[in-house]
Amino acid sequence: MFGDYSLSDLGAIFAMQGFAGLILFSVFLLMALGLAIIFGQMGVINMAHGEFMILGAYVTWLTSNFFQAHLPALFGGYFFVAMVLAFFASGALGMLVEWGLIRHLYKRPLDTLLATWGLSLILQQCYRSIFGAREVGVDLPQWMLGSFQVTDAIQIPINGVFVMVLTILITCAVAYILYWSRWGRQVRAVVQNRVMAGAVGINTEKVDRYTFALGCGVAGVAGSAFTMIGSTGPTSGQLYIVDTFLVVVFGGAASLLGTIASAFTISQAQSTLEFFLSGSMAKVITLLAIVGILMLRPQGLFALKVRK
Amino acid sequence: MTDEIDRDPPSPLRRKLLMGMAAAPMMGMLTRASFADVPATSAVNTTGLAVTDTDVTVGILHSITGTMAISETGSVEAEKLAISQINAAGGVLGRQIKFIQEDGASDWPTFAEKAKKLLVENKCAAVFGCWTSASRKAVLPVFEQYNGMLYYPTFYEGLEQSKNVIYTGQEATQQILAGLNWINTTKDAKTFYLLGSDYIWPRTSNKIARKHIENHLTGCKVVGEEYFPLGDTQFNSVINKIKLTKPDVIYAIIVGGSNVAFYKQLKAAGIDLSKQLLLTISVTEDEIDGIGGENIAGAYACMKYFQSLDNANNKAFVPAFKAMWGEKTVIGDVTQAAYLGPNLWKLTAEKAGSFDIDKIAAASPGVEFKGAPEGYVRIHENHHLWSRTRVGRARADGQYDVVFETPDLVEPNPFPKGYQ
Repeated sequence: MFGDYSLSDLGAIFAMQGFAGLILFSVFLLMALGLAIIFGQMGVINMAHGEFMILGAYVTWLTSNFFQAHLPALFGGYFFVAMVLAFFASGALGMLVEWGLIRHLYKRPLDTLLATWGLSLILQQCYRSIFGAREVGVDLPQWMLGSFQVTDAIQIPINGVFVMVLTILITCAVAYILYWSRWGRQVRAVVQNRVMAGAVGINTEKVDRYTFALGCGVAGVAGSAFTMIGSTGPTSGQLYIVDTFLVVVFGGAASLLGTIASAFTISQAQSTLEFFLSGSMAKVITLLAIVGILMLRPQGLFALKVRK
Repeated sequence: MTDEIDRDPPSPLRRKLLMGMAAAPMMGMLTRASFADVPATSAVNTTGLAVTDTDVTVGILHSITGTMAISETGSVEAEKLAISQINAAGGVLGRQIKFIQEDGASDWPTFAEKAKKLLVENKCAAVFGCWTSASRKAVLPVFEQYNGMLYYPTFYEGLEQSKNVIYTGQEATQQILAGLNWINTTKDAKTFYLLGSDYIWPRTSNKIARKHIENHLTGCKVVGEEYFPLGDTQFNSVINKIKLTKPDVIYAIIVGGSNVAFYKQLKAAGIDLSKQLLLTISVTEDEIDGIGGENIAGAYACMKYFQSLDNANNKAFVPAFKAMWGEKTVIGDVTQAAYLGPNLWKLTAEKAGSFDIDKIAAASPGVEFKGAPEGYVRIHENHHLWSRTRVGRARADGQYDVVFETPDLVEPNPFPKGYQ
């Protein structure tokens, strides 16, 4: 397949392919971060994760409409406002859900699976009733469209780079919050020993609520960013949920580093295979490989060492 | 105290109401007299369908919840518009159309169950519905067993024909061949890269496209063919491959949410659709709503109907649709095809002089609808429609400019020889 091409052509394609892989990595990591917090730290299987993302996407759409109608001069910067709003909207909904639903089910993990799945259906139908069944198009500011022309043949999509930068920032922020802040210590204390954490004066219920809200908020920001690359409709969240769980489970549930490593491995494998095979086959082979590895290493790539 | 109400004199309003009620039977006689040519129910309905002296019941069966609601909403709207217009013009065989709407919920067994309900319990004289091939395949045995009539609006892969179905959308060859011929002759396109979502319609359509390109267009070849899982949102790798192979035409049959991702990423990767030819058969005005006009401007689509079509029928249809469903709604190819359903059924019933399913099925071939927004259609022996194929070019505002139209109606050929 490469016989007819010059070396510089090939070089350019491989450079762009490398970037395609990195962009996919950022997308995977961004969707998985929120779930890594909720599933990893709290052990809650949140099937409605995709719907929290789509809430962020709809908030972005509303913000973009608002700016177009009332503040057209500031349209170029609306995306940053939208991301902040998306974080708080999804976070607030997350807090409400934790208070109304999840906290009653902490001791019954399989029931949370069913309850959050039901929640995802309810949210989908709510979006459909409120925003309509049709997908909405989110207009991007002009500066986010198009690509950087690195050389004649190499073009790097601007929105891809934007997602990458955003992912790095959010990952750093989450890492800081979980591992270096006082509140993060409380979260980890509750994860390791809830009773003991309570005994030393940590309000475990409050920690649970804010952890869940943080995970949902991060999902909202991810949804906001994905309006640049994917669709925004009532059921769009479903497109992400499988990949998201894959990344988190493959990485090892309670480990942020594991999530990063697994997002990187899966995205690189998929994007390389997609280049040499077809889209569907790439997915099949990636999934087979993951199943194989998980059979050998059920705890995922990185796991906390615990005494059994 | 207790008798107070009785002692009050009757209110003027109540008296008026009573007078109105007394006059009601006479009103009924008047209407009956003014439509003296209304045929007797026993004559137009010999098989126990839901037909009375004043009305006839039909079914609407689409997904209004679940994944497919996004696509099927337009069809429901078009069918309701057609029914209300027919009713305003006097109904069918002197009877007003009443509809029962059921929700297929994007779930194929549900479609079958609801189809059975509409036929067995409600005795619907006709059903307008289904969107995906999977839902049609699920209800087909039901319609054949209980002898119902289905008007199916979507363009589809062909390879099917039934006494109990009228296909108001295009089958694959009607949608594919003319478009490929056009882009080959007018744009001098020789190499094609075929893309699709991974299920029956894109695969069958690309198979037909490949056979046509390789066997009927001289000097043309397919340089790549790829499929993506439904809902896939990452196309950067295939876009790089397209950049490497530099095909004259990208032939895209991607559906649903993937569409949005594909065109956004194509644009972001610097593929300029004003220079790179792209022909699609899966993006109507409905989909552009989600994709964003600026992301797809310049692409060509091969359809039989575009909202921007310039003819008298369409100029009446578009404002009527917007008046009923809102100024912002857009009308895609399938929405228009769904609008044909109730109209064709009405014309067929009038031709047959009956609502009986067997008579409708037998009378269907040759029925012409001159008021179709797409221009003129006629039902073929094989229960598909003769209609024109058109190519449109997407504008940034989400509409298409019609750039080509076949001079004649294209014959439907659901079982094309040499293409399977």
